[in-house]
Amino acid sequence: MRLDENRDLAGKFYTVMYRTRRFEEEVFEFYKRGLMPGLAHLYLGQEAVAAGACGALKDSDYIASTHRGHGHLVASGADLKRMMAEILGKGTGYSKGKGGSMHIMALDKGILGANGIVGGGIPIAVGAAYASRLLQNESVTLSFFGDSAANEGVFHESLNMAAAWDLPVVFVIENNLYGISVDIRKVTKEPRLSKRAEGYGIPGSTIDGNDVFAVYKEVGLAVARAREGKGPSLVECLTYRHQGHHVGDPGVYRPESEVAEWKARDPLDRLEKAGLLTALKIKTIRDSVDEEIAAACSFAEKSAYADAAEAYTDVFAD
Amino acid sequence: MREIMYREAIQEALDEEMARDGTIFVIGEDVGVIGGNFKCTVGLLEKYGDLRCKDSPISEAGIVGLGVGAAIAGCRPVVELMFADFLTVAMDQICNQAAKISYMSGGQACVPLVVRMPLGGGRSSAAQHSQSPHAWMAHCPGLKVVLPATAGEAKGLLKTAIRDNNPVIFFEHKMLYTVKFNDVPDKDEGAPIPFGKARMVREGGDITVAALSMMVNKAEKAAASLEAEGISVELIDLRTIVPLDTNSIIHSVKKTGRLLIVDEGHTGFGISGEIALRIMPEVFYDLDAPIERLGTADVPMPFSPALEFPLIPDEKSIAAKIREMVRPGGTA
Repeated sequence: MRLDENRDLAGKFYTVMYRTRRFEEEVFEFYKRGLMPGLAHLYLGQEAVAAGACGALKDSDYIASTHRGHGHLVASGADLKRMMAEILGKGTGYSKGKGGSMHIMALDKGILGANGIVGGGIPIAVGAAYASRLLQNESVTLSFFGDSAANEGVFHESLNMAAAWDLPVVFVIENNLYGISVDIRKVTKEPRLSKRAEGYGIPGSTIDGNDVFAVYKEVGLAVARAREGKGPSLVECLTYRHQGHHVGDPGVYRPESEVAEWKARDPLDRLEKAGLLTALKIKTIRDSVDEEIAAACSFAEKSAYADAAEAYTDVFAD
Repeated sequence: MREIMYREAIQEALDEEMARDGTIFVIGEDVGVIGGNFKCTVGLLEKYGDLRCKDSPISEAGIVGLGVGAAIAGCRPVVELMFADFLTVAMDQICNQAAKISYMSGGQACVPLVVRMPLGGGRSSAAQHSQSPHAWMAHCPGLKVVLPATAGEAKGLLKTAIRDNNPVIFFEHKMLYTVKFNDVPDKDEGAPIPFGKARMVREGGDITVAALSMMVNKAEKAAASLEAEGISVELIDLRTIVPLDTNSIIHSVKKTGRLLIVDEGHTGFGISGEIALRIMPEVFYDLDAPIERLGTADVPMPFSPALEFPLIPDEKSIAAKIREMVRPGGTA
């Protein structure tokens, strides 16, 4: 890649990553202020995975997201106002307050849904890929899930079918090492999850998930492969969540040294220091994103809750 | 009307719908090469190809999930589960995903998915291949639940299921697959049968029997035999339990003053109790006797016919119950 191309990409990635970071920080603030009902699973620390992976997609592609899904939506260009309003349970949210943080869907951006069930979105992603094949469109589906979802039964069922039928889907494991409090190494003999790809006869790779360019490149190759009809790939992105499992979890089960080590590999810091963005460029991006985020927060906070009668709609489609 | 088997009617519905709409595909265990364990998909592989009639691995959660995703992305998948008992394996995809996506997305997405499967006992298939779990499905908001009783009903209701924009759980009765019914319209001429509209099987004045699936056929025989005894039975086939046509039941009970609900599901916490309580405020002062029900006893289904058959309502037990309700004390 030429340097100016890299600079353009760096600007794009930094915008998405900073937007995600600021969005999540504000979600956390809303929680602390008691304005957010329920809980949210923050994407802080994992921003490079969503930015790089979604950056490799076309508008017509699909994404199956997870309970830790805000980053995937932000990276897909979802409307921040409607996202934040949904997280606050407001009537102006994407789902009019019926989904919340764990179930935000933005079908107009190809988001098939965040998912409150660990692994629940993996076969759904395979189904979207099956539809692309049947309807003969060129869409590729990205299936995001965490290390723990790789131990759910549907992980196996889904990868097996996608591989058998060469479906246009890319499986992206965001391996942040922990399933709530449980270290993946305590519950899985072989923690290198990409090795499982061999069992399905598909390519598997493990990459630095905090390096947005590495994610973009590897997922980009997998997406191109899928689009060419050559079938699925499994890309394991090593990353780390800065916070606990959700906003109410202090994350005490992780050694401080480990947290510090990963924070030193913060994906935004790394991109800032990569020499591709000037201080002025970074400031310009930040100022602009800060404004967007402030507008989203204000919109969400000022929005009204839906009328209680709204609870009875959308149970069935017409 | 033509006389064909229940399973042939299902095959015809699939075939006619697939010919009409290229977004429909069938997927399931053994649906392709052998045309289905119960032969409901015979010929579809040859006619529509591998992608639209897909032999799947034994991965129930996976194939239902695949159906959910394909449905959101613009297809109309028809997933076959080999036995209704196997829906337990796919429960997350049915109840947490398919049933909730329209709602959780605030109406952004719909899931036009049909999951077909055979329920019921009578085949010495024991506790993991004989259940009738339709009440479980009806308890989960967001699913439509259909139980056809005849070949013509199966064809018309399956067409509606496929065209519906919501997840439909379609329960076929495994003991009906090879039974012939003379109620099937000519090919390509049968209209879809709307959901939520019960079928008046026979009119009568002494008692209303509301039934589902194969219990309709058993109740019909019971009613015919009771005619000679001077008992006039009004029989209603509910067709769908979500949506439920309570009006037809209420209307009939107001006339007859008595209601027996016959359903092959386990009696406890099943749909009979639900139906009785739903209609009670409307019919309470019209009743001449307490509402009664017949269902399968609340024990797992045993293997031996000697143990199994006495548990499931049949023509005799239905007739006996009707007699008891119409002529308490046993006077002829």
